[in-house]
Amino acid sequence: MRTMSTMRRNASRLASAVGAFVLAFGVLGLASPAQADVVNPEMPFKISGNVQNKGEPIGGVTINLTGGGGYAATVMTDAEGKFTAGVPEKEADYTVTVDESTLPDGVAVIDNPATEFVEANVQTVTVGPGGRAAMNFFIGQGERTTTSMFDQVVQRLISGLNFGLMLALASVGLSLIYGTTGISNFAHAELVTFGAIATFGLVAVMGEGLLWLAIPIALVLSGALGWGMDATLWAPLRRRGMGLVQLMIVSIGLSLGIRYTYQFFIGGKTEQLPGSGAERFNLFGSVSLSVIDIVSMGLSILIIIAFAWWLSASKIGKATRAISDNPSLAASSGIDVDGVVRIVWIIGSVLAGFSGILWAYFRPGIRWDMGGQILLLIFAATTLGGLGTAYGALIGSLIVGILVEGSSLFIPSDLKYVGALVVLIGILLFRPQGILGRKERVG
Amino acid sequence: MDFLGIFNSSVSFILAPTTMAYALATLGLALHFGFGGLLNMGMAGFMALGAYGYAIGILTFGLPWYFAAFVGIGASIIFALILGIPTLRLRGDYLAIVTIAAAEIVRLLLLSSAFGGITGSADGLSGFNGPGGTITNPTVGAGGFNDSNPIPPGEYGFGPFLDNERTWYLRIVGIIILTLAIYLVWRLVNSPWGRVIKGIREDEDAVRSLGKNVFAYKMQALIIGGVLGALGGLMLAFSTNVNSSVYVTSLTFFLWTALLLGGAATVFGPLAGSIIFWVLQAFLGLLFPALAEAGLMPFTTIQAAQIKYIIVGFALVLLVVFRPQGLFGNKKELTFVK
Repeated sequence: MRTMSTMRRNASRLASAVGAFVLAFGVLGLASPAQADVVNPEMPFKISGNVQNKGEPIGGVTINLTGGGGYAATVMTDAEGKFTAGVPEKEADYTVTVDESTLPDGVAVIDNPATEFVEANVQTVTVGPGGRAAMNFFIGQGERTTTSMFDQVVQRLISGLNFGLMLALASVGLSLIYGTTGISNFAHAELVTFGAIATFGLVAVMGEGLLWLAIPIALVLSGALGWGMDATLWAPLRRRGMGLVQLMIVSIGLSLGIRYTYQFFIGGKTEQLPGSGAERFNLFGSVSLSVIDIVSMGLSILIIIAFAWWLSASKIGKATRAISDNPSLAASSGIDVDGVVRIVWIIGSVLAGFSGILWAYFRPGIRWDMGGQILLLIFAATTLGGLGTAYGALIGSLIVGILVEGSSLFIPSDLKYVGALVVLIGILLFRPQGILGRKERVG
Repeated sequence: MDFLGIFNSSVSFILAPTTMAYALATLGLALHFGFGGLLNMGMAGFMALGAYGYAIGILTFGLPWYFAAFVGIGASIIFALILGIPTLRLRGDYLAIVTIAAAEIVRLLLLSSAFGGITGSADGLSGFNGPGGTITNPTVGAGGFNDSNPIPPGEYGFGPFLDNERTWYLRIVGIIILTLAIYLVWRLVNSPWGRVIKGIREDEDAVRSLGKNVFAYKMQALIIGGVLGALGGLMLAFSTNVNSSVYVTSLTFFLWTALLLGGAATVFGPLAGSIIFWVLQAFLGLLFPALAEAGLMPFTTIQAAQIKYIIVGFALVLLVVFRPQGLFGNKKELTFVK
C-alpha cells in the first residue's frame, strides 16, 4: 500500500514538475553516498529527502520535523538540496514541514492532488519497518504547474528522439562490428567515453574557442583507437580462430581495463564540455529546447544519412553487408574480409566517439564510466533491431530512446532504464532475431 | 614503507569473509559456465537477492536471522526460474546480455526511491545483524546473527589472522558454508547428473538425442549455481551492511576474473581464484599507494590505488587469450566450446 502511494506520488510529482527530466541521469553509475545536512545522526532511524525547484536543488531551506513522543527537529538543506534527520522510532508517523519563508522569492510548494493533504508544504511520512523514509519536495514556480499533458508528451518525445539518435550512433557501430566479426563488444562503451574525453582533453589544451576543431580531431583519434584495437588485438585473435564466447570475455576485460585507465587519468569527478549549460528557449507552450539539442539532433541525422548512404551505395559498404551476411562466401568472392573489418572498426569507433560527445551534452557531463551507463541500452537497441543489422540498430535505438524518456511520464524517473531492459529481455523471448534480423542468426 | 603491514593485510584476505563470498559466488559460476556452459553474466543479481532477501527478511518481516537467510535463498531461486524460463533456449552471447540486463533490473529496483521504505534506496540497509557489529539497530535486538556467536569476546589468532570474536565467527561460518558448497558441487559434477551437464556444455543436441530433457538440466544448474551466488551475497550481508552500489556489473566481471584465474571447469579453482584475486587486489591496492607516497611512482596516491583495477581488466584479457583453462584447469576440459 505504502509503496503504491509512493509510486503514485512520484508519478504525479513528475507530472507537475516538467523540466525535471534531467534528474536521474546518474542512475546506472555507482551510487555515491548522499552528503546531506544531518541532524540527530545518533538516532537509529532516519528520514531523508530532497528539495528541488524544477530539477534545480535549493539549499538553505529550513525543514521542521515533528513526531510522537515530543520529537521535534529542524534541519537545513545543503547545497544539493538534501537533508537527513535521525528519528527515534520506526513504524511511526512524522510530520515534515517546509518553512516556506526560507524558499527563494516567487517559489511556492505546489498543491499535490494525489495526496490528501491540504497544505502541500506539510507532509506526513511513515517510517516503515526498514527504519528509513524519504520525503521529497519537488517545487515549481506558479506558471509551471499548468503544463498540459500534451506539452509533456511532446517534450518527452523530443528528448527521447534526441536520446535515441545519440544511441543510434553508438548502436550502428556495435551492430556492424557484431555482424562482420561476431564479437559482442563490451568495450564499445569505452569507445563512446573516449570521444567525450578526447574532446575534453583537446579543449583543455587548445582553448574553448576551438571546440569546432577539437571535435573533428577527437573523432580522428577515436577512429585511430578503433584501428589500433583491431590491429593489435582483434585481428590476431581472428587469425587464431578464437571462439565467440572467448572474444566476448576478452572485450569485457578490455572494457574494464580501459574504463579504469580513464578513471586513472580524469579521476572520479564529472567534467563539463564548453556550452553544456546553454539557455533553453521556448518552442511552444512549455516545450523548450536548447541550441545544443537542436545541433545535436541535426548532426546525428546528417551523420546517420551519410552512413546509410555509405552502407547501401559504396563499394566497401556493400562488401560490409556481404560479410555480415556470409563471411566465407564474401571471402571466396574476392572480398578482402580483413581490410573491410578494419574499416568497420574505424567507422564504428568514430560513430561511437561522436555519440559520446553528444552523450556528454545530454547527460550532461563527462565521467570515466559514462559509456558504461548506456552500454546496456545500446545492446538493447541493437538486439531490438536485430543484432548485426545496421538499419535495425537505428530503429531499435529510436524506440529505446523514446521508451526511456517517455516511460518517466508514468514510472519514477529513477526506474526509466528498467523499461528498456525489460524490453531487451522481452524481445529475446518473443522475437530473438529482432525487428529486422533473420531467424537463422539465432542458434 | 611498511612492508610487513602491507604483507599482513594482504595475507589476511585468505580468510576474509569477502574472499569467501567471492569463492561461493564463483563456485556458482563454475557450475553455470565451467560445467554447464551457461554464460551467466548476472551473478551480481543473485548475490544482491541473497543479501537483500536476508536483510529485508529481518527488518521488514521481523524473521529470525536463520529464517531470513532462506528468504534470500528463496528469492534467488525465484529469480533463476524467472530468468531461465525465457532465456535458457538462447545461444551463449544472447544469454550473457539477458543475464546482465536482468541483474541490472534487480539493482535498479533495489536502488529506486520508489521502494525506499523497504530497500533503503541509495543508503542501503544496515543494522540487521543485531548488536555487536559495525552498525547496530536496537529494534533487531537479541537473536540477530551477531548474537548467535558462541565464541567468548577476545582476540584470537596470530600474525595476520589476529582478530576479535566476531571476525572469527564470520570466518568459521564462511568456512563451513564453503566446505559444504564445495563438497556438494564436487559430488554433483562427478555424478550422472554432472556428466549430463558437461555433455550439454559440449554438445547440446547430442544430449538431447539421448532423450535427456536439456532444458530441465540447464534450469537445475542455473538454480543451484544461483543459490551458491545468493550464499555469497548472504556472506557479505553477515559481515557488513547491504548497498545496491556493491552489486554492480563490475562485481560480476570480477567474479569472472576469479573464475577464469582458478579454472572454470574445476571444483577448487573458484576458491583458489578468489583467494589469489583478493590477496593480489589487497597487495597491489596497498603497495602502489605506498610507493606513490614514498615518491617511487610518479602518481598521486589516489591514482596509484586505481592501478589494481586496470591490471584486473588487462589480466582478464591475457588469461582468456593465453590460458583459457585457468591456473588449475585441464586443457582437455576447455570450457570455451566454439
